[in-house]
Amino acid sequence: MQRIGVFICWCGSNIAATVDVKKVAETIKSEPGVVYSENYQYMCSENGQQLIKQAIKEHNLTGIVVGSCSPRMHEATFRKTAEAAGLNPYMVEIANIREHCSWIHKDMDEATEKAIVLVRTAIAKVKLNAPLQAGESPVVKRALVIGGGIAGIQAALDIADAGFEVDIVEKNATIGGRMAQLDKTFPTLDCSACILTPKMVDCAQHEKIDILSYSEVEEVKGFVGNFNVKIRRKARYVDETKCTGCKICMEKCPSKKGLNTFNMGLNNRPAIHIPFAQAIPNVAVIDPEQCIKLKTGKCGICQKFCGAGAIDYEQKDTFVEREYGAIVVATGFKPIALDNFNEYGYAENKDVITSLELERLMNAAGPTDGVLLRPSDGKHPKVITFIQCVGSRDTSGCGKPYCSKICCMYTAKHAMLIREKYPDTEVHVFYIDVRTPGKNYDEFYRRAVEQYGVDYIKGMVGKVYNENGKLMVQGSNLIDNEQITIESDLVVLATAIEPEPSIRKVATLLTASIDTNNFLTESHAKLRPVESPTAGVYLAGVCQGPKDIPETVSQASACAAKVIGLLAKDKLKTNPCVAVPDEMMCNGCSQCANVCAYGAITYVDKEFRLGGGKTEIRRVASVNPAVCQGCGACTVTCPSGTMDLKGFSSKQIMSEVEAICKK
Amino acid sequence: MKDVELKMLERAKQLLESGEVARVIGWKKGEFYFDPAPASFETVEELGDFVYNGFCGANLSKYLIQASKKEGKTAIFLKPCDSYSFNQLVKEHRIVRENIHVIAIECQGKLDIEKIKAQGISAVTEVEEEGESVTVSSLYGETKLNKAEILLGKCASCKGKTHQVKDEEIILHEMPAPINNRFDEVAKLEAMTEDERFAFWREQLQKCIRCNACRNVCPACSCVKCVFDNPASGIEAKANDDKFEEQLFHIIRAFHVAGRCTDCGECSRVCPQNIPLHLLNRKFIKDIDGLYGEFQAGETDNGKTPLTSYTESDVEPNNALGGEAK
Repeated sequence: MQRIGVFICWCGSNIAATVDVKKVAETIKSEPGVVYSENYQYMCSENGQQLIKQAIKEHNLTGIVVGSCSPRMHEATFRKTAEAAGLNPYMVEIANIREHCSWIHKDMDEATEKAIVLVRTAIAKVKLNAPLQAGESPVVKRALVIGGGIAGIQAALDIADAGFEVDIVEKNATIGGRMAQLDKTFPTLDCSACILTPKMVDCAQHEKIDILSYSEVEEVKGFVGNFNVKIRRKARYVDETKCTGCKICMEKCPSKKGLNTFNMGLNNRPAIHIPFAQAIPNVAVIDPEQCIKLKTGKCGICQKFCGAGAIDYEQKDTFVEREYGAIVVATGFKPIALDNFNEYGYAENKDVITSLELERLMNAAGPTDGVLLRPSDGKHPKVITFIQCVGSRDTSGCGKPYCSKICCMYTAKHAMLIREKYPDTEVHVFYIDVRTPGKNYDEFYRRAVEQYGVDYIKGMVGKVYNENGKLMVQGSNLIDNEQITIESDLVVLATAIEPEPSIRKVATLLTASIDTNNFLTESHAKLRPVESPTAGVYLAGVCQGPKDIPETVSQASACAAKVIGLLAKDKLKTNPCVAVPDEMMCNGCSQCANVCAYGAITYVDKEFRLGGGKTEIRRVASVNPAVCQGCGACTVTCPSGTMDLKGFSSKQIMSEVEAICKK
Repeated sequence: MKDVELKMLERAKQLLESGEVARVIGWKKGEFYFDPAPASFETVEELGDFVYNGFCGANLSKYLIQASKKEGKTAIFLKPCDSYSFNQLVKEHRIVRENIHVIAIECQGKLDIEKIKAQGISAVTEVEEEGESVTVSSLYGETKLNKAEILLGKCASCKGKTHQVKDEEIILHEMPAPINNRFDEVAKLEAMTEDERFAFWREQLQKCIRCNACRNVCPACSCVKCVFDNPASGIEAKANDDKFEEQLFHIIRAFHVAGRCTDCGECSRVCPQNIPLHLLNRKFIKDIDGLYGEFQAGETDNGKTPLTSYTESDVEPNNALGGEAK
């Protein structure tokens, strides 16, 4: 006979304000099988847990139901509580009467009625629970970092410094990411390259770090502690082990009209190239779309001149498969396309540029060697107008609803640097709000206004158009309540940022969840901000949400701490709620194996007795409990109901449904 | 058709005599000309009852589940549409391909005795087919009928005359091109209002006497233990509780074979109550085609199937039925 205890939590006023918790506890007392029912202000507190432990012992409970918040929040807590009192932790069920009830209802009578039904449902389930034992699985002591920008670099260095091996997979020919493109960094104005490139070199020289540049993750199998990842190493047509980075090929290449993507397309580069001088690895790559030899079969000049014999036109994509214990996603961002913002005349006017393009124009290693010359005629711009929030905080649907967070600060930086270097230049900034929360950030912005005399105009720009070679910026000045037009030589758009589009593929491969803006979602916005809900997957940098360099580096180091914590363990406890087949019924049809995302199902030939002394050999499914993640996809695919999930059996689910439907 | 039958018989004899195969699965004579039944022939003597005529509509592939596990090879005669079921069974590891010798045979469309009877002809003794027309001989004389009017339902919307698998073939005459009208009836159902459709199915399904013929003949229903025969499944007893549950039997069955049904049409052919069960399956096939691109179960004996695989281009649930995101 089951002896069920029910514990209804008030969650302060979170539940108790909408659900009559005393009534719930009282009503449930008369449920068959329930021998104890109680309510308490904070069931998760030490006193609350003590109450549960005591009840388990005093009333000899065989299973408990806690009516509280989501099981995602405190299921683990209450399982530990039960275990401490000598009850199998899997004899605990949570009735979610907060997120599923009190938070979404207003009427107390209705919410109370629903809470009673939810608790009854959990009772129906717990009656069919069976004690389960967690297994163990080993941990592969190596981490994968996807993305070689500052987030990936920092995470990799921290993990490697703790003594674990790390692979960085970077889709571009070099690591460095967006930060490598920047000129100076706020709020201290250090040169971006001066602080980034030493870290890139550290990565390259670290004996525990392996950089797989020009590579992409192709397939991910397995689970926390035991990921199996297939990586595509794209053909760069240059042997990485031979190239010395001498750049003679770049000089001799006759096809020099490719857009230099590192310089945001502001100048050209040869078909064979090293993206920038400090690239890691310092190895050339051939753009197959541009290379004459690869397109027509005729040329081969770079091969002739390459002293190292590194050029290989026959190179093909190759694949490597490696095992990892943890994965850090650091795929970064890109500025949004400006197709929806014709009003700023970006497509028509060469001198309307994005802020990232300005970074390249001001960078000593950029297309103008750091001299600020406007793209149309190479002249010094005398009047520069910045427009903020281009596509950010946009609820019209043309841009992004969120604040890109970094634009206020980099625009202040740009304005200040220009005024410092070219004091005869007039600088205007159109803004909606200036947002500067951060250490020394507001001081930085004030310096731009007060010390450097940058003209900040509160208002939005309606139109940018060309009139007699001048860019006319028409906008409103909300403080003076007037429409103004500023005759400018250069217009800079503080363009919104969005996650790098390849994030969708990566998220799919990792079964990591993504929000409506394509940012990866964290496990808990406040308490688990660097963990993906997928165990063993961690998030660093803008892939999780807009952030600047200091914040990105902090998050990357936090990721590393989490990864180190995981890799330091020799074994992980596995979830005992795994699929189990009834071999007597299995058809061996392979449908379950087809839907299993973890490769947990294999088939074995087994001999079965048919009666009358006869036997039959049948192909039947076999589940590896260390690999199974208990997702249940197999149980719903199996036509004969052979597959069942421990802790979530079809019978349990049906009895829950019945408890809900019963009047 | 006589010449095809003779050739098949001759080949069956050879295979059994030479010991190449231990048994041949084909059709044997019934009590009447129009009721041949699937049979396994293990000796040349048994082949005395062998028959192949216009009434051999049965899909033999499912018999291989048992036969292919027996000692020795099994030869089987497969019509083009049966070859899809064969492939699907291989794909699901239900039959052992190495133990089977597939003889692809000619099919000019099979006849429905009920439709002939409906024309007022009884006691049929023989049928001679000649292109579009059929001469039916009975104890009471001869009648010429238009073949299209007396075809089995499944043959009236024949999905192809190409065998998807074969080790050898016996095809002596040209076979007519497939008729691509199999979704016409589904479209009619889709055009109904919800209430009309519900009424339609309620009327059809309440005729069900739960004889299980549809399930037993279906090559996709090959479970070692069917959920409807399994007291532990929790639905076995419910399926014959009342009228509503009765309908669930067919709907659950349609879900179980979704993505695996080759549309062989056997369910409707064997239904003694003439319930158009194949329409449930065809609706699924039409939806799968629409959502994931055209897919024909059993076209190959390997590869991925739309309902048990995922690709990035898979339709989003919100857009699946053409609805707006809510």
